[in-house]
Amino acid sequence: MKLIFERSVAGRSCALLPECDVPQAALPQELARTQSLDLPELSEIDLSRHYTELCKQVHGVNDGFYPLGSCTMKYNPAVNEETCSLPGFTGIHPLQPVHTAQGCMEVLHTAEDLLCQVTGMDVMTFQPAAGAHGEYTGVLLIKAYHQSRGDTARNQIIVPDSAHGTNPATAAMAGFKVVNVPSGADGCVDLEALRKAVGPNTAGLMLTNPNTVGIFDKNILEITDIIHKAGGLNYYDGANLNAIMGTVRPGDMGFDVIHLNLHKTFATPHGGGGPGAGGVGCKEILKPFLPQNHVIKTENGFTFENAPQSIGSMKAFYGNFGVVVRALTYLLNLGMAGLREASQMAVLNANYMRVKLAPHCKIATDGICMHEFVMSLKDLLKETGVSAKDVAKAMLDYGMHPPTMYFPLIVEEALMIEPTETESKETLDEACNAIIEILAQAKQDPERVKATPHSTPIGRPDEVTAARNPRLRYQ
Amino acid sequence: MNYPKELLYSASHEWVQKLDDTTAKIGLTDFAQHSLGDLVFVNLPEVGDDVACEETFCDVESVKAVSDVYCPVTGKVAAVNEELLDAPQKINEDPYGAWLAEISDISAFGELMDAAAYEAFCAKEEG
Repeated sequence: MKLIFERSVAGRSCALLPECDVPQAALPQELARTQSLDLPELSEIDLSRHYTELCKQVHGVNDGFYPLGSCTMKYNPAVNEETCSLPGFTGIHPLQPVHTAQGCMEVLHTAEDLLCQVTGMDVMTFQPAAGAHGEYTGVLLIKAYHQSRGDTARNQIIVPDSAHGTNPATAAMAGFKVVNVPSGADGCVDLEALRKAVGPNTAGLMLTNPNTVGIFDKNILEITDIIHKAGGLNYYDGANLNAIMGTVRPGDMGFDVIHLNLHKTFATPHGGGGPGAGGVGCKEILKPFLPQNHVIKTENGFTFENAPQSIGSMKAFYGNFGVVVRALTYLLNLGMAGLREASQMAVLNANYMRVKLAPHCKIATDGICMHEFVMSLKDLLKETGVSAKDVAKAMLDYGMHPPTMYFPLIVEEALMIEPTETESKETLDEACNAIIEILAQAKQDPERVKATPHSTPIGRPDEVTAARNPRLRYQ
Repeated sequence: MNYPKELLYSASHEWVQKLDDTTAKIGLTDFAQHSLGDLVFVNLPEVGDDVACEETFCDVESVKAVSDVYCPVTGKVAAVNEELLDAPQKINEDPYGAWLAEISDISAFGELMDAAAYEAFCAKEEG
């Protein structure tokens, strides 16, 4: 398809913005551009066709099943869009006086209160823009805590080998040394290895529970206790919170700080840039270090408070506010009982698929999983030469988004499936049948599976050349 | 799969070429490059870095994932193969020619296997 710049014709335009009804202010000469911006010029119909054409090139939850493991690609209810489009939420300015934006501040305050109830945290900030940004914020809180106590030798963050890649990256970016601990055969943290890894240099632990193979670590209380006894703090990566809402809370598992992906668990737009929101919750001990602009309730209404030893601002103003409005809509619609049911259904859906697929391929872990599970196609690759990637590509021809591939790193030829709670039994059956058919075909006619996909606009991009010699301009 | 006789091998799939008692070249084995797939990026240590047995000393990236490379010896980085920074594919094409780093002042070697033992070890890993 043509790029928007290739559709551009000089002088063409469309009126998407209202007439300016205030006097225009001219920029000082020294700040003005000497050259006009190279922006595409299109009529409204050409612009509309451009975006419709883009839609046809991609796959979203509205197109079909999207079992991308650890990404929680649930359906986002349309009512979330309706509330966040209300003029009282869209027509605000971040610098307008506090007393004129009380409703918006109440949104932030209520969302904080409800999410603290769900997670067992005492306080929460919505400033971080997404998950990894939330992780960075949380780890900076841990760092500020140790520094405030003069405990400066704590320069290590412990991360299990099943972790999301962002965990070690976050720790390194915050200036910590990353210490890896191995997982046992069950995918859970090896307690002996953890005991050996902790010491006077331990600043904290970063953990996802359920972990990336979809198992709830049964030793979680012992794990967080080992870290606390060594003087460290526990960080909960909220990536997999969708499995446990309303049943168990990170705050009760011994975690001190947590990030949430509102754009995963709380049904706000996700993928394609979201934007996301990575709310960070913490226990009272970390409150003095929170980012700026925390909303509090006073006798005279809502106001902003800046923490005394704040780590500073993580983002301009108050984070991605519109995303918080959507998440709050979701929370209020479901209620606490509804959240619990959503998580239970997410776990049930994953187990339904796991049991249906188990006779046809190896599942990385034994027994009941949480909201996701990992298939290992190592044997298939050995027998037929068909890899996890080939199976993922073949799934595209069934109108499904492939699962997460080659992750977690501790499972060979991994395909990680997370169906989420919003899919029906019929969709799950169709998906299982498709995967079973592909696995059977891989044994009969491996070359045919390796030649897939046939139905997508782009089949198999040359990822290796793209990574080695990236061309980052269209001309 | 290729297992040159003159080299020693670690369980994490690095090869060691002893130049003398305290110097050695380190690289990734044919088995390692094969399981990693096409490499697109290599992150090398700095000359002068102290490295320790079984600790990460560089990492390699394929289109699948980033993987740590563990140092099979304790010593000091004397040289790195900068050619790999622009041409990581050399590890795929010629794993035993594409050395990652030369380590000097070696005070300890990790547990290393000879070619026959390593071949048997890989066969088991494949299993």
